[in-house]
Amino acid sequence: MCLAFPGRVVSIDGDFARVDFGEGTAREGINVSLVDVRLGQYVLVHAGYAIQVMDEKEAQKTLSYWREILAYEEESELPSR
Amino acid sequence: MNALSVLDGFRDADLAKRLKARIDRLGEVIGRDILIMHVCGSHEWTITHHGVRSLLPERVEVRAGPGCPVCVTPAADIDAAVDLALEGKTILTYGDMSRAKGSKQSLAEAKTLGGDVRIVYSVHDAVKIARSRPDGEFVFFAVGFETTAPATAYEILQQPPSNLRFLTSYRYVPSAVEAVSRSPDLRVDAFINAGHASTITGMKAYKPCFDECRKPMVFSGFEPLDVLISVAMILTQIRDREPKMENEYTRSVTWEGNVKAQETMMKAFDLREGYWRGVAMIPNSALDLKPEFSHLDARVHYGLSKSGESAEFVKNARCADVIIGKIDPPECPLYMKECTPASPLGPTMVSSEGTCKIWADHRIVSAMRCRI
Repeated sequence: MCLAFPGRVVSIDGDFARVDFGEGTAREGINVSLVDVRLGQYVLVHAGYAIQVMDEKEAQKTLSYWREILAYEEESELPSR
Repeated sequence: MNALSVLDGFRDADLAKRLKARIDRLGEVIGRDILIMHVCGSHEWTITHHGVRSLLPERVEVRAGPGCPVCVTPAADIDAAVDLALEGKTILTYGDMSRAKGSKQSLAEAKTLGGDVRIVYSVHDAVKIARSRPDGEFVFFAVGFETTAPATAYEILQQPPSNLRFLTSYRYVPSAVEAVSRSPDLRVDAFINAGHASTITGMKAYKPCFDECRKPMVFSGFEPLDVLISVAMILTQIRDREPKMENEYTRSVTWEGNVKAQETMMKAFDLREGYWRGVAMIPNSALDLKPEFSHLDARVHYGLSKSGESAEFVKNARCADVIIGKIDPPECPLYMKECTPASPLGPTMVSSEGTCKIWADHRIVSAMRCRI
Protein backbone atom coordinates (compact mmCIF):
# COMPACT_ATOMS: atom_id res chain seq x y z
CA MET A 1 0.00 0.00 0.00
CA CYS A 2 2.84 2.38 0.73
CA LEU A 3 4.69 1.26 -2.40
CA ALA A 4 6.25 4.23 -4.14
CA PHE A 5 8.43 4.43 -7.24
CA PRO A 6 10.95 7.05 -8.32
CA GLY A 7 10.58 8.66 -11.70
CA ARG A 8 11.70 11.76 -13.59
CA VAL A 9 9.30 14.62 -14.28
CA VAL A 10 9.39 15.22 -18.05
CA SER A 11 6.54 17.73 -18.36
CA ILE A 12 4.27 19.66 -16.01
CA ASP A 13 0.80 21.05 -16.70
CA GLY A 14 -0.72 22.69 -13.62
CA ASP A 15 -1.15 20.08 -10.87
CA PHE A 16 -0.28 17.22 -13.20
CA ALA A 17 2.92 15.88 -14.68
CA ARG A 18 4.21 13.25 -17.04
CA VAL A 19 6.66 11.04 -15.16
CA ASP A 20 9.21 8.72 -16.73
CA PHE A 21 9.87 5.67 -14.55
CA GLY A 22 12.60 4.35 -16.84
CA GLU A 23 12.77 1.11 -18.79
CA GLY A 24 10.10 2.39 -21.18
CA THR A 25 7.46 3.12 -18.57
CA ALA A 26 6.01 6.61 -18.42
CA ARG A 27 2.72 7.83 -16.99
CA GLU A 28 0.59 10.90 -17.66
CA GLY A 29 -1.52 12.58 -15.03
CA ILE A 30 0.66 12.14 -11.97
CA ASN A 31 -0.58 14.66 -9.43
CA VAL A 32 2.32 16.83 -8.24
CA SER A 33 0.38 19.28 -6.08
CA LEU A 34 1.73 17.81 -2.81
CA VAL A 35 5.35 18.64 -3.73
CA ASP A 36 7.32 21.58 -5.11
CA VAL A 37 8.93 20.03 -8.17
CA ARG A 38 10.71 21.38 -11.23
CA LEU A 39 11.07 19.86 -14.65
CA GLY A 40 13.77 17.17 -14.74
CA GLN A 41 13.69 16.41 -11.02
CA TYR A 42 12.93 12.98 -9.64
CA VAL A 43 9.78 12.34 -7.64
CA LEU A 44 8.63 9.42 -5.54
CA VAL A 45 5.16 8.43 -6.79
CA HIS A 46 2.59 6.67 -4.62
CA ALA A 47 -0.88 5.75 -5.99
CA GLY A 48 -0.86 8.47 -8.64
CA TYR A 49 0.52 11.28 -6.44
CA ALA A 50 4.09 12.49 -6.06
CA ILE A 51 4.84 12.39 -2.33
CA GLN A 52 8.44 13.67 -2.37
CA VAL A 53 11.11 15.16 -4.57
CA MET A 54 13.93 12.66 -4.44
CA ASP A 55 17.46 13.70 -3.75
CA GLU A 56 19.69 11.62 -6.00
CA LYS A 57 22.85 13.07 -4.50
CA GLU A 58 21.79 11.77 -1.11
CA ALA A 59 21.53 8.26 -2.56
CA GLN A 60 25.12 8.53 -3.81
CA LYS A 61 26.24 9.98 -0.49
CA THR A 62 24.75 7.08 1.47
CA LEU A 63 26.60 4.55 -0.68
CA SER A 64 29.98 6.32 -0.68
CA TYR A 65 29.76 6.99 3.08
CA TRP A 66 29.25 3.28 3.76
CA ARG A 67 31.97 2.24 1.33
CA GLU A 68 34.35 4.51 3.25
CA ILE A 69 33.32 3.30 6.71
CA LEU A 70 33.60 -0.33 5.67
CA ALA A 71 37.01 0.18 4.06
CA TYR A 72 38.27 1.87 7.22
CA GLU A 73 36.95 -0.87 9.47
CA GLU A 74 38.20 -3.66 7.24
CA GLU A 75 41.66 -2.14 7.46
CA SER A 76 41.68 -1.67 11.20
CA GLU A 77 39.43 -4.69 11.93
CA LEU A 78 37.87 -3.07 14.93
CA PRO A 79 34.32 -3.97 15.64
CA SER A 80 34.45 -2.44 19.13
CA ARG A 81 35.65 0.94 20.26
CA MET B 1 21.12 10.83 -15.06
CA ASN B 2 18.72 8.10 -14.29
CA ALA B 3 17.38 7.64 -10.75
CA LEU B 4 17.09 3.95 -11.29
CA SER B 5 20.79 3.52 -12.08
CA VAL B 6 21.72 5.31 -8.84
CA LEU B 7 19.55 2.85 -6.99
CA ASP B 8 21.38 -0.08 -8.57
CA GLY B 9 24.14 0.69 -6.08
CA PHE B 10 21.77 -0.44 -3.33
CA ARG B 11 21.84 -3.96 -4.80
CA ASP B 12 25.60 -4.26 -5.05
CA ALA B 13 26.63 -7.77 -4.02
CA ASP B 14 30.15 -6.84 -2.93
CA LEU B 15 28.90 -4.08 -0.65
CA ALA B 16 26.25 -6.48 0.71
CA LYS B 17 28.95 -9.02 1.64
CA ARG B 18 31.00 -6.39 3.41
CA LEU B 19 27.95 -5.11 5.28
CA LYS B 20 27.16 -8.67 6.29
CA ALA B 21 30.69 -9.07 7.70
CA ARG B 22 30.27 -5.89 9.72
CA ILE B 23 26.84 -7.00 10.99
CA ASP B 24 28.31 -10.39 11.98
CA ARG B 25 31.09 -8.72 13.96
CA LEU B 26 28.67 -6.35 15.68
CA GLY B 27 26.44 -9.31 16.56
CA GLU B 28 29.40 -11.10 18.17
CA VAL B 29 30.39 -8.06 20.20
CA ILE B 30 26.82 -7.49 21.40
CA GLY B 31 26.49 -11.17 22.30
CA ARG B 32 22.77 -11.36 23.05
CA ASP B 33 19.49 -11.82 21.17
CA ILE B 34 18.32 -8.69 19.37
CA LEU B 35 14.79 -8.22 18.04
CA ILE B 36 14.39 -5.48 15.43
CA MET B 37 10.87 -4.67 14.33
CA HIS B 38 9.92 -3.00 11.07
CA VAL B 39 6.46 -1.61 10.47
CA CYS B 40 5.99 -1.68 6.71
CA GLY B 41 4.73 -4.32 4.30
CA SER B 42 7.16 -3.07 1.66
CA HIS B 43 10.07 -3.66 4.05
CA GLU B 44 8.81 -7.19 4.67
CA TRP B 45 8.71 -7.77 0.93
CA THR B 46 12.28 -6.49 0.44
CA ILE B 47 13.58 -8.53 3.37
CA THR B 48 11.86 -11.74 2.31
CA HIS B 49 12.28 -11.39 -1.43
CA HIS B 50 16.02 -10.70 -1.20
CA GLY B 51 16.61 -13.23 1.58
CA VAL B 52 17.99 -10.56 3.91
CA ARG B 53 17.17 -12.67 7.00
CA SER B 54 19.49 -15.42 5.78
CA LEU B 55 22.35 -12.90 5.87
CA LEU B 56 21.83 -11.93 9.52
CA PRO B 57 23.55 -13.58 12.49
CA GLU B 58 21.59 -16.23 14.41
CA ARG B 59 20.87 -13.90 17.31
CA VAL B 60 19.70 -10.91 15.27
CA GLU B 61 16.10 -11.12 14.17
CA VAL B 62 14.11 -8.68 12.03
CA ARG B 63 10.38 -9.18 12.39
CA ALA B 64 7.35 -7.60 10.71
CA GLY B 65 5.08 -5.48 12.88
CA PRO B 66 1.80 -3.72 12.03
CA GLY B 67 2.71 -2.35 8.58
CA CYS B 68 -0.07 -3.60 6.33
CA PRO B 69 -2.98 -1.14 6.03
CA VAL B 70 -5.37 -3.71 4.53
CA CYS B 71 -4.60 -6.11 7.40
CA VAL B 72 -5.45 -3.59 10.12
CA THR B 73 -8.63 -2.25 8.51
CA PRO B 74 -11.39 -3.21 10.98
CA ALA B 75 -13.74 -6.03 9.96
CA ALA B 76 -16.65 -3.70 10.79
CA ASP B 77 -15.51 -1.26 8.09
CA ILE B 78 -15.25 -4.02 5.49
CA ASP B 79 -18.71 -5.24 6.56
CA ALA B 80 -20.07 -1.71 6.12
CA ALA B 81 -18.57 -1.49 2.61
CA VAL B 82 -20.00 -4.93 1.72
CA ASP B 83 -23.46 -3.90 2.97
CA LEU B 84 -23.36 -0.68 0.94
CA ALA B 85 -22.32 -2.63 -2.17
CA LEU B 86 -25.20 -5.07 -1.69
CA GLU B 87 -27.61 -2.14 -1.21
CA GLY B 88 -26.75 -0.86 -4.69
CA LYS B 89 -24.01 1.69 -4.11
CA THR B 90 -20.87 1.43 -6.22
CA ILE B 91 -17.83 0.81 -4.04
CA LEU B 92 -14.50 2.02 -5.36
CA THR B 93 -11.36 0.77 -3.67
CA TYR B 94 -7.85 -0.65 -4.09
CA GLY B 95 -7.39 -4.21 -5.32
CA ASP B 96 -5.97 -5.68 -2.11
CA MET B 97 -8.78 -4.19 -0.06
CA SER B 98 -11.44 -5.85 -2.20
CA ARG B 99 -10.14 -9.32 -1.34
CA ALA B 100 -9.94 -8.98 2.46
CA LYS B 101 -12.88 -10.50 4.32
CA GLY B 102 -14.79 -8.67 7.02
CA SER B 103 -16.68 -10.77 9.55
CA LYS B 104 -18.69 -12.34 6.70
CA GLN B 105 -17.48 -11.52 3.20
CA SER B 106 -15.03 -9.59 1.14
CA LEU B 107 -15.98 -6.93 -1.39
CA ALA B 108 -14.87 -9.31 -4.15
CA GLU B 109 -17.44 -11.82 -2.84
CA ALA B 110 -20.07 -9.06 -2.64
CA LYS B 111 -19.40 -8.49 -6.34
CA THR B 112 -20.20 -12.11 -7.15
CA LEU B 113 -23.50 -11.57 -5.30
CA GLY B 114 -24.37 -8.68 -7.61
CA GLY B 115 -22.72 -5.80 -5.78
CA ASP B 116 -21.01 -3.15 -7.87
CA VAL B 117 -17.35 -3.08 -6.75
CA ARG B 118 -14.64 -1.45 -8.83
CA ILE B 119 -10.91 -1.41 -8.38
CA VAL B 120 -9.11 1.92 -8.68
CA TYR B 121 -5.42 2.77 -8.75
CA SER B 122 -5.82 6.15 -7.08
CA VAL B 123 -8.43 8.32 -5.39
CA HIS B 124 -8.33 10.54 -8.46
CA ASP B 125 -9.72 7.65 -10.53
CA ALA B 126 -12.60 7.42 -8.04
CA VAL B 127 -13.34 11.13 -8.53
CA LYS B 128 -13.23 10.76 -12.32
CA ILE B 129 -15.57 7.74 -12.31
CA ALA B 130 -18.11 9.48 -10.04
CA ARG B 131 -17.99 12.63 -12.15
CA SER B 132 -18.56 10.69 -15.37
CA ARG B 133 -21.73 9.08 -13.96
CA PRO B 134 -23.74 11.80 -12.18
CA ASP B 135 -26.73 9.44 -11.80
CA GLY B 136 -24.70 6.86 -9.82
CA GLU B 137 -24.05 6.71 -6.08
CA PHE B 138 -20.38 6.06 -5.26
CA VAL B 139 -18.42 5.31 -2.11
CA PHE B 140 -14.62 5.39 -2.06
CA PHE B 141 -13.44 2.91 0.58
CA ALA B 142 -10.33 4.82 1.63
CA VAL B 143 -7.73 2.75 3.45
CA GLY B 144 -4.04 3.26 4.02
CA PHE B 145 -1.54 5.10 6.17
CA GLU B 146 -0.37 8.71 6.10
CA THR B 147 1.40 7.91 2.83
CA THR B 148 -1.99 7.65 1.12
CA ALA B 149 -4.18 10.02 3.15
CA PRO B 150 -2.78 13.33 1.76
CA ALA B 151 -3.95 12.43 -1.76
CA THR B 152 -7.49 11.82 -0.54
CA ALA B 153 -7.31 15.05 1.48
CA TYR B 154 -6.29 16.88 -1.69
CA GLU B 155 -9.35 15.54 -3.58
CA ILE B 156 -11.66 16.35 -0.65
CA LEU B 157 -10.39 19.94 -0.61
CA GLN B 158 -10.98 20.19 -4.40
CA GLN B 159 -14.76 19.71 -3.92
CA PRO B 160 -15.37 16.22 -5.30
CA PRO B 161 -18.70 15.46 -7.03
CA SER B 162 -21.66 15.23 -4.63
CA ASN B 163 -22.43 11.63 -5.66
CA LEU B 164 -19.09 10.44 -4.18
CA ARG B 165 -18.69 9.81 -0.45
CA PHE B 166 -15.75 8.53 1.55
CA LEU B 167 -15.66 5.58 3.91
CA THR B 168 -12.30 6.21 5.55
CA SER B 169 -10.14 3.81 7.55
CA TYR B 170 -6.88 5.74 7.50
CA ARG B 171 -4.37 4.87 10.18
CA TYR B 172 -1.37 6.83 11.46
CA VAL B 173 1.84 4.83 11.94
CA PRO B 174 3.72 6.84 14.64
CA SER B 175 0.94 6.06 17.14
CA ALA B 176 1.19 2.34 16.34
CA VAL B 177 4.98 2.36 16.84
CA GLU B 178 4.37 4.02 20.20
CA ALA B 179 1.85 1.31 21.15
CA VAL B 180 4.27 -1.47 20.09
CA SER B 181 7.15 0.13 22.01
CA ARG B 182 5.01 0.11 25.15
CA SER B 183 3.87 -3.50 24.76
CA PRO B 184 5.30 -5.65 27.57
CA ASP B 185 5.00 -8.95 25.62
CA LEU B 186 6.95 -7.89 22.52
CA ARG B 187 10.34 -6.85 23.94
CA VAL B 188 11.43 -5.04 20.80
CA ASP B 189 15.03 -3.79 20.96
CA ALA B 190 14.90 -1.40 17.99
CA PHE B 191 12.74 -0.16 15.13
CA ILE B 192 13.24 0.10 11.39
CA ASN B 193 10.72 2.83 10.62
CA ALA B 194 8.64 2.97 7.46
CA GLY B 195 10.37 4.98 4.74
CA HIS B 196 7.37 6.22 2.81
CA ALA B 197 5.04 6.94 5.72
CA SER B 198 7.95 8.86 7.29
CA THR B 199 8.55 10.70 4.02
CA ILE B 200 5.23 12.41 4.76
CA THR B 201 5.42 12.86 8.56
CA GLY B 202 9.16 13.39 8.84
CA MET B 203 11.28 11.92 11.60
CA LYS B 204 9.95 14.54 14.00
CA ALA B 205 6.64 12.67 14.35
CA TYR B 206 8.51 9.87 16.14
CA LYS B 207 10.40 12.12 18.57
CA PRO B 208 7.90 11.80 21.48
CA CYS B 209 7.92 8.01 21.09
CA PHE B 210 11.72 7.90 20.93
CA ASP B 211 12.06 10.16 23.97
CA GLU B 212 9.82 7.78 25.90
CA CYS B 213 11.23 4.40 24.81
CA ARG B 214 14.88 5.33 24.05
CA LYS B 215 15.17 2.51 21.52
CA PRO B 216 17.20 2.79 18.31
CA MET B 217 15.05 3.98 15.41
CA VAL B 218 16.37 3.96 11.87
CA PHE B 219 14.33 5.38 8.99
CA SER B 220 15.03 3.03 6.11
CA GLY B 221 14.68 2.79 2.36
CA PHE B 222 13.44 -0.23 0.45
CA GLU B 223 16.38 -1.65 -1.45
CA PRO B 224 18.07 -4.70 0.11
CA LEU B 225 21.18 -2.69 1.02
CA ASP B 226 19.03 -0.01 2.64
CA VAL B 227 17.84 -2.67 5.07
CA LEU B 228 21.33 -4.09 5.67
CA ILE B 229 22.70 -0.60 6.31
CA SER B 230 19.81 0.07 8.70
CA VAL B 231 20.56 -3.14 10.62
CA ALA B 232 24.24 -2.14 10.82
CA MET B 233 23.24 1.31 12.11
CA ILE B 234 20.97 -0.21 14.76
CA LEU B 235 23.57 -2.72 15.95
CA THR B 236 26.19 0.03 16.15
CA GLN B 237 23.84 2.06 18.35
CA ILE B 238 23.21 -0.97 20.56
CA ARG B 239 26.92 -1.76 20.81
CA ASP B 240 27.68 1.83 21.80
CA ARG B 241 24.64 2.01 24.12
CA GLU B 242 23.67 5.21 22.32
CA PRO B 243 20.11 4.92 21.03
CA LYS B 244 19.36 7.49 18.34
CA MET B 245 16.87 8.46 15.68
CA GLU B 246 18.95 7.92 12.57
CA ASN B 247 18.12 8.45 8.91
CA GLU B 248 19.28 5.88 6.37
CA TYR B 249 16.73 6.95 3.71
CA THR B 250 18.16 10.46 3.30
CA ARG B 251 17.16 10.56 -0.37
CA SER B 252 13.51 10.80 0.71
CA VAL B 253 13.03 11.18 4.48
CA THR B 254 13.80 14.46 6.26
CA TRP B 255 13.34 15.64 9.83
CA GLU B 256 10.39 17.87 8.87
CA GLY B 257 8.88 15.56 6.24
CA ASN B 258 6.67 16.76 3.40
CA VAL B 259 5.10 19.79 5.10
CA LYS B 260 2.82 20.55 2.15
CA ALA B 261 1.38 17.02 2.31
CA GLN B 262 1.03 17.19 6.11
CA GLU B 263 -0.86 20.48 5.88
CA THR B 264 -3.15 19.17 3.16
CA MET B 265 -3.82 16.02 5.19
CA MET B 266 -4.60 17.87 8.41
CA LYS B 267 -6.99 20.27 6.61
CA ALA B 268 -9.26 17.30 5.86
CA PHE B 269 -8.59 14.91 8.75
CA ASP B 270 -8.38 14.91 12.53
CA LEU B 271 -6.30 12.43 14.51
CA ARG B 272 -8.59 10.35 16.72
CA GLU B 273 -8.58 7.06 18.54
CA GLY B 274 -8.69 4.18 16.08
CA TYR B 275 -9.05 0.43 16.12
CA TRP B 276 -6.30 -1.65 14.47
CA ARG B 277 -7.82 -4.95 13.48
CA GLY B 278 -6.92 -7.64 15.98
CA VAL B 279 -4.46 -5.33 17.73
CA ALA B 280 -6.09 -2.70 19.92
CA MET B 281 -7.75 0.68 20.11
CA ILE B 282 -4.81 3.07 19.75
CA PRO B 283 -5.07 6.76 20.71
CA ASN B 284 -4.37 9.32 17.95
CA SER B 285 -4.03 6.62 15.33
CA ALA B 286 -7.02 7.16 13.01
CA LEU B 287 -7.24 9.96 10.44
CA ASP B 288 -10.99 10.69 10.48
CA LEU B 289 -12.74 13.27 8.31
CA LYS B 290 -13.16 16.65 9.98
CA PRO B 291 -16.74 17.63 10.92
CA GLU B 292 -16.88 20.27 8.16
CA PHE B 293 -16.62 17.47 5.60
CA SER B 294 -19.38 15.37 7.16
CA HIS B 295 -21.44 15.79 3.97
CA LEU B 296 -18.77 13.67 2.23
CA ASP B 297 -18.55 11.13 5.06
CA ALA B 298 -20.22 7.83 4.15
CA ARG B 299 -20.58 6.99 7.85
CA VAL B 300 -22.64 10.13 8.46
CA HIS B 301 -24.61 9.96 5.21
CA TYR B 302 -25.60 6.32 5.53
CA GLY B 303 -25.85 6.28 9.34
CA LEU B 304 -23.05 3.74 9.82
CA SER B 305 -21.66 3.31 13.30
CA LYS B 306 -18.04 4.18 14.01
CA SER B 307 -15.96 1.05 13.68
CA GLY B 308 -15.30 -0.64 16.97
CA GLU B 309 -13.80 -3.91 18.06
CA SER B 310 -15.76 -6.87 16.73
CA ALA B 311 -15.37 -10.55 15.92
CA GLU B 312 -12.26 -10.34 13.81
CA PHE B 313 -10.69 -13.55 12.56
CA VAL B 314 -11.63 -17.15 11.87
CA LYS B 315 -11.27 -19.71 14.65
CA ASN B 316 -7.70 -20.77 15.50
CA ALA B 317 -6.21 -18.24 13.09
CA ARG B 318 -3.37 -16.20 14.59
CA CYS B 319 -3.67 -13.21 12.24
CA ALA B 320 -3.64 -10.83 15.21
CA ASP B 321 -0.32 -12.19 16.48
CA VAL B 322 1.19 -11.96 12.98
CA ILE B 323 -0.05 -8.37 12.56
CA ILE B 324 1.43 -7.19 15.86
CA GLY B 325 4.67 -9.10 15.25
CA LYS B 326 4.38 -11.59 18.09
CA ILE B 327 4.90 -14.57 15.79
CA ASP B 328 6.09 -15.49 12.30
CA PRO B 329 3.46 -16.92 9.93
CA PRO B 330 4.48 -20.63 10.24
CA GLU B 331 3.55 -20.48 13.94
CA CYS B 332 -0.10 -20.12 12.95
CA PRO B 333 -1.74 -23.58 12.78
CA LEU B 334 -3.64 -22.63 9.61
CA TYR B 335 -0.66 -21.23 7.64
CA MET B 336 -0.31 -23.08 4.32
CA LYS B 337 -2.80 -25.69 5.51
CA GLU B 338 -6.36 -24.32 5.51
CA CYS B 339 -5.10 -20.80 4.76
CA THR B 340 -3.21 -20.26 1.46
CA PRO B 341 -2.92 -17.42 -1.07
CA ALA B 342 -5.42 -19.29 -3.27
CA SER B 343 -7.97 -19.51 -0.43
CA PRO B 344 -6.97 -17.00 2.22
CA LEU B 345 -8.78 -17.02 5.56
CA GLY B 346 -7.29 -13.86 7.03
CA PRO B 347 -6.19 -10.45 5.72
CA THR B 348 -2.48 -11.18 6.29
CA MET B 349 -2.75 -13.89 3.60
CA VAL B 350 -4.63 -11.56 1.21
CA SER B 351 -2.73 -8.33 0.91
CA SER B 352 0.51 -8.08 -1.03
CA GLU B 353 1.80 -6.35 2.11
CA GLY B 354 0.50 -8.99 4.50
CA THR B 355 3.27 -10.98 6.17
CA CYS B 356 1.62 -14.38 5.51
CA LYS B 357 1.10 -13.62 1.82
CA ILE B 358 4.70 -12.45 1.41
CA TRP B 359 6.05 -15.53 3.22
CA ALA B 360 3.78 -17.84 1.23
CA ASP B 361 4.90 -16.30 -2.06
CA HIS B 362 8.53 -16.84 -1.04
CA ARG B 363 8.24 -20.18 0.73
CA ILE B 364 11.77 -21.41 0.08
CA VAL B 365 13.48 -18.19 1.14
CA SER B 366 11.30 -17.61 4.20
CA ALA B 367 11.79 -21.19 5.42
CA MET B 368 15.54 -20.54 5.59
CA ARG B 369 15.04 -18.39 8.62
CA CYS B 370 12.03 -19.55 10.59
CA ARG B 371 12.11 -19.75 14.34
CA ILE B 372 10.18 -23.05 14.59
